[in-house]
Amino acid sequence: MTAVETEKAPRNAVFAGIDTFVNRHASVLPTVAAAVILSVLLVGANIRFDGRFLTPGNISALLLNNAFLMVLAVGMTFVIVTAGIDLSVGSVMGFTGILGASMLSGGVPAIVVIPTMLVAGALIGLLIGVLVQYFNVQPFIASLAGLFLGRGLAYVVSLNSIRVEDPVVLWLQTTRFRLGDWYITPTGIIALVVVAIGALVMQYTRFGRTVYAVGGSESSAELMGLKVARTKVMVYVISGLCGGLAGLLLTAFSGAGYPRYGIGTELDVIATVVIGGTLLAGGRGYVLGSMIGVFVFATITTIISFMGAEQSWTHIIVGGLLLLFIVVQRAIVARTSRTG
Amino acid sequence: MPADTDVPLIVEMRGITIRFPGVLALDNVDFSLRPGEIHSLMGENGAGKSTLIKALTGVYAIDSGSIMVSGEHQSFVTTADAQAAGISTVYQEINLCPNLSVGENVMLGHEKRGRFGIDWKSTFEEAEHHMASLGLDVDSRSILESHSIAIQQLIAISRAMVLDAKVLILDEPTSSLDRGEVEQLFGVIRSLRDRGVAILFVSHFLEQVYEISDRITVLRNGQLVGEHLVEELPRDALVAEMIGRELDDLTAISASAGREVDRTGTPVLRAAGLGKRGMLESADVSVYDGEVVGLAGLLGSGRTELVRLLYGADRPDTGEIDVAGVRQRVQSPRHAMARGMAFSSENRRAEGVVSDLTVAENMILGIQAQRGWLRRVRKSEQDAVVGEYMEALGVRPADPTMPAGNLSGGNQQKVLLARWLATAPELLILDEPTRGIDVGAKADIQRKVAELSAQGLSVIFISSELEEVLRIAQRVVVMRDRRSIGELESSKVNLDHLIDYIAHKEGSVLQ
Repeated sequence: MTAVETEKAPRNAVFAGIDTFVNRHASVLPTVAAAVILSVLLVGANIRFDGRFLTPGNISALLLNNAFLMVLAVGMTFVIVTAGIDLSVGSVMGFTGILGASMLSGGVPAIVVIPTMLVAGALIGLLIGVLVQYFNVQPFIASLAGLFLGRGLAYVVSLNSIRVEDPVVLWLQTTRFRLGDWYITPTGIIALVVVAIGALVMQYTRFGRTVYAVGGSESSAELMGLKVARTKVMVYVISGLCGGLAGLLLTAFSGAGYPRYGIGTELDVIATVVIGGTLLAGGRGYVLGSMIGVFVFATITTIISFMGAEQSWTHIIVGGLLLLFIVVQRAIVARTSRTG
Repeated sequence: MPADTDVPLIVEMRGITIRFPGVLALDNVDFSLRPGEIHSLMGENGAGKSTLIKALTGVYAIDSGSIMVSGEHQSFVTTADAQAAGISTVYQEINLCPNLSVGENVMLGHEKRGRFGIDWKSTFEEAEHHMASLGLDVDSRSILESHSIAIQQLIAISRAMVLDAKVLILDEPTSSLDRGEVEQLFGVIRSLRDRGVAILFVSHFLEQVYEISDRITVLRNGQLVGEHLVEELPRDALVAEMIGRELDDLTAISASAGREVDRTGTPVLRAAGLGKRGMLESADVSVYDGEVVGLAGLLGSGRTELVRLLYGADRPDTGEIDVAGVRQRVQSPRHAMARGMAFSSENRRAEGVVSDLTVAENMILGIQAQRGWLRRVRKSEQDAVVGEYMEALGVRPADPTMPAGNLSGGNQQKVLLARWLATAPELLILDEPTRGIDVGAKADIQRKVAELSAQGLSVIFISSELEEVLRIAQRVVVMRDRRSIGELESSKVNLDHLIDYIAHKEGSVLQ
């Protein structure tokens, strides 16, 4: 009898410890799961390709090839945490890219062109935010309008690809800072800095916390006296701004502007954000998680090209992962919510 | 006016009037709060309690009147303005963010900031300090939704402390708490009062109001009925004030209540021991052919919950239901409809009338649902049904092509009644069919119910207006604190008996 009880006590303590952890950090679990999957993918691929996968060159390429995706994912994280969605980011990237390329080829200096690209992206974001907040349009519809607007404007600027020869923009991609076999370009640094800023803003500013509060319960946030309207508009502006920045990175990366760039990219971005542990229903998610999501996406793409298989497999696998993650998130939400 | 006028008022609302389209929600109401008192605001549904609170917290703008807080004139535009003036509110449906930590919910918008943004360590420390001052021991880093409603309620109050509230409004804070949790909450409320906070308390549990209040203000139909010290207001006087006993001109309508009903056969519907956790403890009711059974009781006594269980809108945990003498498990409203029941909800706008459809389409919906969506109701048949009920119930304006949303409340109610009558039910359940509608429409509806029941329709009639219940129903089932506590024959009681019966203390869950 006593033996049973003494045996029981420490187990209960362990359960209590797990309980405390879950009660405190439930929302981190999907992101942790994403990190685990990423590690499994990297290590598994390395074994499969006899150590040729986890090389400094390959990992560096993972980041650099997807710098634009990472920047978009940061903006999208802000939007999705408020329980919104931004479908416009792919077209905004395409539009600002071709706009920049066209201005540069017309002889406008990069110092003017780059801010113009960013402002153009932010303005489309502002438009969507105002539609959502003040005209009560659903984010899906408002940003769909933004998607068409951005793509249409891109075709207005040019129907064809425009080469970029501006040294400043090309410098962003061609410069390589090396450390042994590791290397990084200014575009990669920009992406990482954007991730860092995004993560800090979300965690350590009242604006960032209001983003979470709005996603948790917009009416509560309102009654708590938080600046809900301003915050909701701001997240779309941030997403648009990230779209503009991604346009710059993609232009530098490809050395050209092309009006069809970024078609369907918004869906890749949403997928990476969700895989990274952000709840589509809002209120939970991390910018760092979205970065992990982008790496998962990039790793799958790279593995498939290593295998020489069809790239359509990327979408099949990403689709499967997405389903898995949505189910995992639902389970976690159901587990922590004891109310109602 | 109360005796202790020497204490300066912290809130002084004078002549508050708020109009909504077609309704005078508050009519020249005065209300005041003193520091260090617990003041209950009482009134039935639609009396104007929530409107008054929303006027005080900046959610609604007032059409006329003045609000003084701490001796200064205020006109709040947002809840943030009211909070800045020291007025905090804790709502029944808790207005916190379930996805964030307890500490963050307490501190949101007031986080401690260091050089690099929010200083989480001292933010959580401050949250814990505020919670501890209310005797609340909760891990401030745990996620809010992992806690019970009662704890969340106390966390919401802790948040009010951060805002340095001088006035704390508690809107139905106890409706989902058990007895122990209510005690804990009351302990916190009393300690806040002793610190000089003015507390505005709203609850429909009479026992709790008498247990905690120092003062009571009663509203009815948007008007102030009276302000009393709690010891000067006996319980039945309070109920009488809340329900009102105006002699309206409806008395003549029916001898319905006095009509003899043959109760020798099998009841159309009989329920015994019906209950569902968190909704209804236990209720018995039976209805015979051609009988009108009234359900009487205060708001929250379980009237609506009972009929929702009967109709299959919610599923009971305990008890049994016989329809025409046959044991049934009513699983859904469709099921209930197939067994000859029809239910008109108290929530006219949300659960009843489809505002964008026309009057005629709204009336046909019931028949259509009964037949199944694929079998079209012929145009000539539709016209016949619509014409008949427009006429019989006197729907105004008499235009069946109007969108139903444009009708007044009374006429919407008639449309709903027509919808269910068109399905030729054997048992009609009416939940607050006459609430908030004008006297004329009220009379039309009452007359129709009396008439139909005389022709053999069985009716369960819920109303907060006891006079109305006594006038129409032959038998009244009295509900209190989520159980049925007895039955009265209408012809053998008067309003005073009924009020006594409802207000009487013994048998309540909170003794």
